[in-house]
Amino acid sequence: MPDQLLQIGRRLLQAVPSVIGIVIISFALTRALPGDPAVYFAGAMADEESIAEVRQALGLDRSLVEQFFIYVSNLLQGDLGLSLNTGLPVLEELLTRLPASLELTFTGLGLAVLIAVPLGMLAATRPGSWIDHLCRVLVTAGVSLPTFFTGLFLIYIFYFLLGWAPSPLGRLDILYLPPPHVTGFYLIDSLLAGDSETFWAALRQLVLPAFTLGLFALAPIARMTRASMLSALGSEYVRTARANGLSHRKVLFTYAFRNAALPLLTTLGMVFSFLLGANVLVEKVFAWPGIGLFAIEALVASDYAAVQGFVLSMALLFVVVNLMIDLLLTLIDPRVSMSD
Amino acid sequence: MQRRNFLKTAVLGAATLPFLRYLPAEAASRAGTLVVVVGNNINSLDLHRKGTNRPSYQVTVNIYDRLVRFGVKTTADGSLAYDSTKIEPEVAESWQWSADRKSITFKLNPKAKFWDGSPVTAQDVKWSFDRAVSLGGFPAVQMKAGSMTKPEQFVVIDDMTFRIDIPAPSKLTLPDLAVPIPFIINSKVAKANASKDDPWATEYLHKNPAGSGAYKIARWDPGQQFVYQLNEDWALGPKPGIKRVIVREVPSASTRRALTERGDADLYMGIPAKDSKELAAKGKVSISGAPIDNCLHVLALNLKYKPFDNMKVRQAIAFALPYKEIVQAAAYGRGEPMYGGKQATPADITWPQPFPYDTDLAKAKALLAEAGMADGFETTLSYNLGLAEWQEPTALLIQESLGKIGIKVTLDKIPGANWRTASLVEKRLPMHMENFGGWLNYPDYYFFWAYKYGHLFNSSNYKNPEVEALVDSTLHMETTDPQYAENVKRMIAIAFEEVPRIPLYQPYLDAAMQKDVSGYASWFHRQLDVRGIQKA
Repeated sequence: MPDQLLQIGRRLLQAVPSVIGIVIISFALTRALPGDPAVYFAGAMADEESIAEVRQALGLDRSLVEQFFIYVSNLLQGDLGLSLNTGLPVLEELLTRLPASLELTFTGLGLAVLIAVPLGMLAATRPGSWIDHLCRVLVTAGVSLPTFFTGLFLIYIFYFLLGWAPSPLGRLDILYLPPPHVTGFYLIDSLLAGDSETFWAALRQLVLPAFTLGLFALAPIARMTRASMLSALGSEYVRTARANGLSHRKVLFTYAFRNAALPLLTTLGMVFSFLLGANVLVEKVFAWPGIGLFAIEALVASDYAAVQGFVLSMALLFVVVNLMIDLLLTLIDPRVSMSD
Repeated sequence: MQRRNFLKTAVLGAATLPFLRYLPAEAASRAGTLVVVVGNNINSLDLHRKGTNRPSYQVTVNIYDRLVRFGVKTTADGSLAYDSTKIEPEVAESWQWSADRKSITFKLNPKAKFWDGSPVTAQDVKWSFDRAVSLGGFPAVQMKAGSMTKPEQFVVIDDMTFRIDIPAPSKLTLPDLAVPIPFIINSKVAKANASKDDPWATEYLHKNPAGSGAYKIARWDPGQQFVYQLNEDWALGPKPGIKRVIVREVPSASTRRALTERGDADLYMGIPAKDSKELAAKGKVSISGAPIDNCLHVLALNLKYKPFDNMKVRQAIAFALPYKEIVQAAAYGRGEPMYGGKQATPADITWPQPFPYDTDLAKAKALLAEAGMADGFETTLSYNLGLAEWQEPTALLIQESLGKIGIKVTLDKIPGANWRTASLVEKRLPMHMENFGGWLNYPDYYFFWAYKYGHLFNSSNYKNPEVEALVDSTLHMETTDPQYAENVKRMIAIAFEEVPRIPLYQPYLDAAMQKDVSGYASWFHRQLDVRGIQKA
């Protein structure tokens, strides 16, 4: 175990150069954006003089090198700067919005896994059957339907026509107040506060966007499950296991699925990453106050601090996710080692 | 933080409507509560702060008072709109011009009280106005339009008497006091929270307003919603009918429309023309709106680039635009036509008024030939992706139509963040769309911003010594001056003839609301003024 801790430490150290690189690149790229934040934030009627004043107030009249060192020294003190677009410190924004996005992403991903993995397995064990075709249809739909379309479609059916879903107004309907902040995940926080009313309200709001996201995530997971299960089922160890008269169940889960789980887990890591990106459109359609929406609005306004903070937090999140996936892999398969 | 603030406010002021963790089911009928959906987020509760965005202006409108305000009129189609000609008392009970018309003295209304119960005094007004001219940025520019630039111009005579001195008489000073900028802050509270680095308490007022207005901010969840709570003690106008207003930010226009049609939203501010037209046809919700005063959507031709320096070429283009189609396809009929004027010179000083151009390709071709460009030329037409809703279809229609007279147009899409820099600051777009609207409803004010050389909205780089002189002499002139109408007519005549800006139409500002909502008025600041709204 200390050996493993050491390896985790080493992995974290390895992430340091990439984070430094990301800090530099995100700084340079935001500066390379063609927009001029001073003009944007000086307001509708600002003349040259007031634009210059705003530029000075934002520190944008200094040289790029100077700006960079100010940024880095603030960063080291945990100060990510102020988002001009929302008027709040970037750190505060990230801390309130990241849980919103993560809650949605995890729920969406969870739904996708719950549907896609059994579906993929069934499709692999019965190739050519109706369930295999269903799998194919769902995969094609998931890949080819843009999330904003699925989102609007679901809203139209379940909210607008049937009236089953609550109004698509973000994390909670108008009549509810957010539960006391502990984790930022409303589902968890409301349970911690023992407030089942708010829990159900938050859950109801979550259903449609999570399904939208889930349908999108379902495709790669189901495909990957099916493909890797097929190859595992056709392998020699499965044949041997069958020949030795092991039960169908044992062969399927212990031998085939465990081996198929490796590529599946790697795929899950990737799906999680791009779901955070795909969130943007879902967030927009469902008025979900998440991080994707924040980033897009910041980009449109050339809101440097916000864009940099977003890129940085995403980079850190990726480092953590990859690390966790690697750790899980070693647990599933002892042959995988983190030392290289 | 927000939650704590909210609780504080709730304990202080909202004894009548306690916020529970969730509201009881009977409140779901939402009597007394107005749910508003908007597309943009606010980023500050303080308009004077640097970087405060346009949607945030509505907060200032509803939670702060000003010395004076504009009245409200009923338009021809029964909608309500502000009346630029009627100035009413708000914090000022009465006012008196000096004989030389270089100063106005305001008597403050003793009924004006801040939320903490203290009276609104002349010291508060002075501190707030000093702040508006000192913090720079847009507030200073707008104050300057009313000839107010320096703190010395604001004089406290006694607690309840306040005077503004201006260097020369101007008709713009009084109306400029009714725009959102010169709002009155509780200076005692603000000063107690100011610091040496931040003498104007911008950090504090950013999140903690201190005003006297009809509504207070009960909570603000950035990026999601903010909630107005009625100030029961407000006595500076008819008592507002709504106890609480929840303004929810919903970024997707389709979702906003669905919420409105389902009846979950009471009011939808700033509805796109397409939805406005369709919802009006369905008849389930009512649409209220008026043409935006002093505002035009125009095609601007940049005189810095050939051949737009040639007046004949500009006129040719003005005769080649498909005006009718643009009003139909881009504005969905929600635009006042600005083409087909009958005379080459204006009959009156109405502004905006139709220009003497209409779609006439033969005439356009003849004018191009006169300019020596019978074979046409190539150019680019730039438009703002942030306003693609109307600019994109307009651009396509223009491209097609100009192609018919031999002008080959390449479309150039510019992202919203870069638009202002390219079009207004650097003024480097040869042919582009522009949508300036002046807050103060005078033609000369429009010309000041859009036709004077070097001024921000003159993105055409148009320069005409006669216009410069006319605007300078007219801008502060009283409208009753006999010279005024003469000057304005001459300005408009020049704009007719030289067309550096070709008007396409005058846009509408529309809102959709449930049938039980009444009293909505459209304002020059294009924000929601909750005070007049009733809900049955």
